[in-house]
Amino acid sequence: MLEIKNLHATVGGKEILKGVNLTIKDGEIHALMGTNGAGKSTLGNVIVGNPAYEVTEGCITFNEQNLLEMKTEERARAGIFLSFQQPTEIPGVSMTNFMRAAVNARREYLGKEPLKSTDFLKIMREKRKLVEIDQKLMNRSVNEGFSGGERKRNEIFQMAMLEPTFCILDETDSGLDVDALRIVAEGFNKLRTPETSAIVITHYQRLLDYITPDFVHVLIDGRIVKTGDASLAQKIEDNGFDWIKEELA
Amino acid sequence: MSESNEFVKKVAEKKYEFGFTTDVQTEIIDKGLNEDVIRLISKKKDEPEWLLQFRLDAYNYWLTQKQPTWGHVHLPEIDYQEISYYADPTVGKDKGPKTVDDIDPELMKTFDKLGIPLEERLALSGTAVDAVMDSVSVKTTFKEKLSEKGIIFCSISEAVREYPDLVRQYLGSVVPPKDNYFAALNSAVFSDGSFVYIPKNTRCPMELSTYFRINARNTGQFERTLIVCDAGSYVSYLEGCTAPMRDEKQLHAAIVEIVVMDNSEVKYSTVQNWYPGDAEGRGGVLNLVTKRGDLRGANSKLSWTQVETGSAITWKYPSCVLRGDNSQAEFYSVAVTNNHQEADTGTKMIHIGKNTRSTIISKGISAGMSQNSYRGLVRVAKSADGARNYSSCDSLLLGSECGAHTFPYMDIHNNTATVEHEATTSKINEEQLLYCNQRGISTEEAVGLIVNGYAKDVINKLPMEFAVEAQKLLSVSLEGTVG
Repeated sequence: MLEIKNLHATVGGKEILKGVNLTIKDGEIHALMGTNGAGKSTLGNVIVGNPAYEVTEGCITFNEQNLLEMKTEERARAGIFLSFQQPTEIPGVSMTNFMRAAVNARREYLGKEPLKSTDFLKIMREKRKLVEIDQKLMNRSVNEGFSGGERKRNEIFQMAMLEPTFCILDETDSGLDVDALRIVAEGFNKLRTPETSAIVITHYQRLLDYITPDFVHVLIDGRIVKTGDASLAQKIEDNGFDWIKEELA
Repeated sequence: MSESNEFVKKVAEKKYEFGFTTDVQTEIIDKGLNEDVIRLISKKKDEPEWLLQFRLDAYNYWLTQKQPTWGHVHLPEIDYQEISYYADPTVGKDKGPKTVDDIDPELMKTFDKLGIPLEERLALSGTAVDAVMDSVSVKTTFKEKLSEKGIIFCSISEAVREYPDLVRQYLGSVVPPKDNYFAALNSAVFSDGSFVYIPKNTRCPMELSTYFRINARNTGQFERTLIVCDAGSYVSYLEGCTAPMRDEKQLHAAIVEIVVMDNSEVKYSTVQNWYPGDAEGRGGVLNLVTKRGDLRGANSKLSWTQVETGSAITWKYPSCVLRGDNSQAEFYSVAVTNNHQEADTGTKMIHIGKNTRSTIISKGISAGMSQNSYRGLVRVAKSADGARNYSSCDSLLLGSECGAHTFPYMDIHNNTATVEHEATTSKINEEQLLYCNQRGISTEEAVGLIVNGYAKDVINKLPMEFAVEAQKLLSVSLEGTVG
């Protein structure tokens, strides 16, 4: 599904990714862990096409398409979704209007008709229940006046609406209490199909208790330095990263 | 953020879909302005002596004045001798056509193309239209139906002929000829516009609207509108305007006067879409307009709603004189500027009567290299016990090369008055665009969503068909400002 080869990327002229290689097949969950500033969020931003990041070397293919040649919105329509670490507010644009524009853009890409208003509202209602998000938030502007937890739930709600095939969860667990974490993680699991694959960026084991990764990667200083199975996450939770750095030295 | 900053630099050619010209036989008088020209205009319109004198007095006053320079716009020195002051596209017809069959098919086609069918059976349900091209009213629809209720809706030229006493009583009573430079000019050379009279205790059964179109080259348009709403009555009035794309600047200096009597209400809505000039700032309409309402009666109401997207330069302050006790005035405005457009617009609320209330909601949207200013005056006279005003002025910037400015003036002479003013400036930022893009929404559509969301408090005040038009217009006007 997604193949990253020798990816180098800079932001503001500073090189953050220094040769990342990663292959993700259909249905696989890859956890991405690492120290602060190692480049985890950068990798997510480069995959979705945040124009603030510049790719200086390497390539990314997504379902045989050259991702780096696609605009940000084209990548999204093709099925790539990023749950933002800090979702932004868009004053004046109601959640409902925002979601309608997004859903219809994705449907157009898939060759489907735009949804009728009544059908759209029905789907909104169903998906809302999945992440237990309050109806009154839907009448507000996008993320405006939402608490940190509500913003994270809202990200997963949008994922539910858009039915992406490849998801990046960028510290979706941060700022969530135990109950909210469970609701968000279980929501994600319910949304997964056998084909859905994901990169889960996190510092903690607790999210991975719900979303079991097939692989765990450790990113340090712009490179993936270690890859293991789910048990690697637990080992990092217990012992930190120093032992990995020592292995490298 | 180097690459994403490009969205603010790349201002693409803006689309203006009304830029076509109509090829129709038009009688245009020679360029230049002098007493003879004014006498000629007056004669062409068969005007009575008092009106000619009104024009000449205004002209002689205008000669003593200088073009004002206080606006936050780069108004060029206008060569008033290089402009023709009268263009008649209905030439050869006796005092304007009477039926649809008499109208040149080219003119019919033009208004059809603009979405303003002149055949009543094709008209938007519930809207009567006065269609004005250059200096002449082409056709007023539903006149007969309205006259059954005693409502007068016709061109001002016709009103001068048919209802001279009414016109004489009110013309210039709200905006005197000596009010300002452009008002004096208009009073001297005004050509056509609409006249509305709603008799006592009458609710006008349909929306009244005037559609102004500039067509002829090097011709100024000097429209004049007069609306009188007698006691206990109601009318909603709409104004729309467009012009062809031309390389030279076109002058438009209009006056709108509204008189609102006891317990009556007038709603005046404008969607202004004059040609704004091209992306380099060539051409476009100079829109220099004086609009004022006089709330003469107790408990009278007047609201101005305007969506301003066109014109190279806009200089306009639809104002209210709250004379009657308990009278209420509102001003809702969205002004969009793009490329090299400049707008200096706002309102004046003059509180004279007791317990008078006014509300000002102004939303400025600037893109490209444009300059967008809100200028507003709230004056509370000694007599205006318990007067209240609330003003809110918001500016939205798209990009870093445009400007938004706020010039609020307050002049309060009564201690019992309450005056509030709020102002905000915001910017569409890269994070918001990324968020939309990541959800599959293109930058253009994202800007449309954000801008329409921002302007919705004002758009919601427009009559329905107009609101839909205005929404589309906002998106089109800002097309190419980002991405």
